[in-house]
Amino acid sequence: MNINSKRLLKEKTMGGAMFFITILSLLLVVVMGVGLYMKSSPIFNELSLLDILTAREWRPAKSQFGFFPFVMGTVWVTLIAIIIAFPISLFTALYLTEYAKSVVRKYVYPALDILAALPSVIYGVWGTLVVVPWISKKLGPVFVDYTSGYTVLAAGIVLGIMILPLLVSLFVEIFSTVPMAMREVSLALGSTRWQLSTKVIMKKSLPGIFATIVLAVSRALGETIAVLMVCGNVPQIPHSIFDACYPIPALIANNYGEMLSMPLYEAALMLAATILFVVVLVFNLTSRIVLRRISKND
Amino acid sequence: MTLFVKRLAKSENGFTKEEFSMFKHENEDSSGLYCEKLNVSINGNHILKDVSLKIPKNKITCIVGPSGCGKSTLLKTFNRIIDMTEGVKISGKIMLGSENIADMSFNDLTEIRRRIGLVPQRPCPLPMSIYDNIAYGCRIHGITKRKDLNKIVVHYLNEVGLWNEVRNRLQTPATGLSIGQQQRLCLARSIAVEPEIILADEATSALDPVSSKIVEDLFVRLKEDYTIVMVTHTLRQALRIADYAIFIYMGKVVEEGPAKEVFENPQNELTKNYLLGVFS
Repeated sequence: MNINSKRLLKEKTMGGAMFFITILSLLLVVVMGVGLYMKSSPIFNELSLLDILTAREWRPAKSQFGFFPFVMGTVWVTLIAIIIAFPISLFTALYLTEYAKSVVRKYVYPALDILAALPSVIYGVWGTLVVVPWISKKLGPVFVDYTSGYTVLAAGIVLGIMILPLLVSLFVEIFSTVPMAMREVSLALGSTRWQLSTKVIMKKSLPGIFATIVLAVSRALGETIAVLMVCGNVPQIPHSIFDACYPIPALIANNYGEMLSMPLYEAALMLAATILFVVVLVFNLTSRIVLRRISKND
Repeated sequence: MTLFVKRLAKSENGFTKEEFSMFKHENEDSSGLYCEKLNVSINGNHILKDVSLKIPKNKITCIVGPSGCGKSTLLKTFNRIIDMTEGVKISGKIMLGSENIADMSFNDLTEIRRRIGLVPQRPCPLPMSIYDNIAYGCRIHGITKRKDLNKIVVHYLNEVGLWNEVRNRLQTPATGLSIGQQQRLCLARSIAVEPEIILADEATSALDPVSSKIVEDLFVRLKEDYTIVMVTHTLRQALRIADYAIFIYMGKVVEEGPAKEVFENPQNELTKNYLLGVFS
C-alpha cells in the first residue's frame, strides 16, 4: 500500500467513525425519550394522563399521584423567573449593543460568560443564604403574616438570575443581526438611540425576542438543584408568591431512589420526567428553528 | 382602505417647500455648509487631512475620487454618522450656519441630523410599512397628529413620484417594493423631515439603469429646494448632474470648483489622470 492510499483510507475511516459518534449522541436523546416513556407506561394501566395532570392529591402510599401542584409549582417559578429576567436582560442587551462603547463590551461579555458557567448549586447556596432570609425577614412581613422564605418568589429570583446571562447573550446576538445601515438611517433622521432601540431594533428583532424567551423558558423549566434548594418542596398549589411550592424537577430529584417499593411510584416519577423531557424538547426545538431562520435572513 | 386613500388624496400636493413646512425653522441660519481644516482619523489612520471646502447652496456637489480616498468618510462626517465607527477622532470645523458640527454632543446632533438628510448606498427601508417609513422621521421629532402625518406622507411620496405606485398599499411592508422604489422611498423619508442638505452616498450604485436614471433626475429636480452632496463612483454620473465638483485623493482635496471647469479643464495633474482613467 503506498503512502497516498494509506492516508486516503485513514481519511475515509475517520470520517465514517466521527459520523457514527455524532449520530450516536443524537440517538441517545431518542433512546432516553423512549426509555422514560417505557418506564412510566405502567401508570397508564390505572390512570389516564389527563387524570394525573389535573388531580390535586399527592399520596404515593395510597397510589394517589396528582401532578397538578407540581405543574403549578413549575409554572409559577418559571413565570416569575422570566418576569424578572426578561426586562433586565433586554435592557442590558440594548445597552450593550446600542449605547455601550467597545471597552465596556470587552469587559461585560466575559463576565456574563462566567455567570453562565457558574454551577447551579452555587446559585442555590446564594439563594439559601441571601434571598431566603431576605424574603422571610424583610420582604415577606410587609405582605403576609408569615413566610419561611422558602417560596415561589425565592425560587423565581434565583432562577431568574441564573437564566440572565443566557438571555443577554442571545438578545445581543439577535440585536447584532440588525443591519448597521438601518441604525445609520434612523440616526441620520435625527432619532435618539432610545428611539432607534424601541422603534427599529426591537421591532426588527421581535420574532427573535420571542424565540429567545421560549428558549429561556425551556431552560428554566428544567433547572433542578438551585430551585430545589430554595422552593420549600411542599406539594401544594401555591396561592401567592410567598407560598412554598414543588416544581417537577425537584420532585424527581428528591424522591427518585426512595420508597420505590410502592407500586407505581417509580412510574409516576418517570412520567414526570417524560413530561419535562417532551416539553423542554418541543420548546427548545421551536425556538432554535425560529432563531436559525432569523440569522439566515440577514 | 379606499376611504383612507380618498381622504389622503384630498390633501394632494401642489405646495412649495415653504408652504408645506411642518417644522419650525426659527433658529436655522441657512448660510450653508462648509468645513475648515477638517481632520478625521480612525484608529490612528489619518483618513481626511486638512480638508477645507464650501458646499454651494441649492446645487449638486459631487465628491469624486478613487476608492479608499475618503469620500464616504467625508460625507459621513458631515452628519457625524461616522461616530458609529469605533475609534473615530475628528478635529477642525464643520459649520452649518453658525453651528460647529464637529464638536457637538450626541444630543445636539439629533437636531442637526434632521437638517442634514442621508440617502444610503443601498436602499434601506425600516422594518415597518411604507406609510410608517415616511412618518418615522416626523414622529421622532414630535409630529404625531394623524392628519399632519397623512399630509406629509402623501406630499413626499408625490415628490419622489411614488404616490401613484403605492397609494393602494401604504400599510404593507416597505420591503415589498422593488429596489428602485425602495430607494425613492428612502429619499422621500429623508426629505420628509425638511432638511436643508441631502447627503447621498453612491445612492444609485445598487440600482438598475432605469431606476438609477429616475433617482438621478429626482436629485436634479430637488436641488431647487435642497443642497445636495453626492459621493459617486461613476464619473459619467458626476459629469451628467454635478454643478460643483470636489476631487479627493488620499484624504486631501486636490481640486474643487464648478463641475464644468474641474471636468473639462482640470488644473491638477492628479485630477487629469483620474479623469483620463489612469487610475480609478
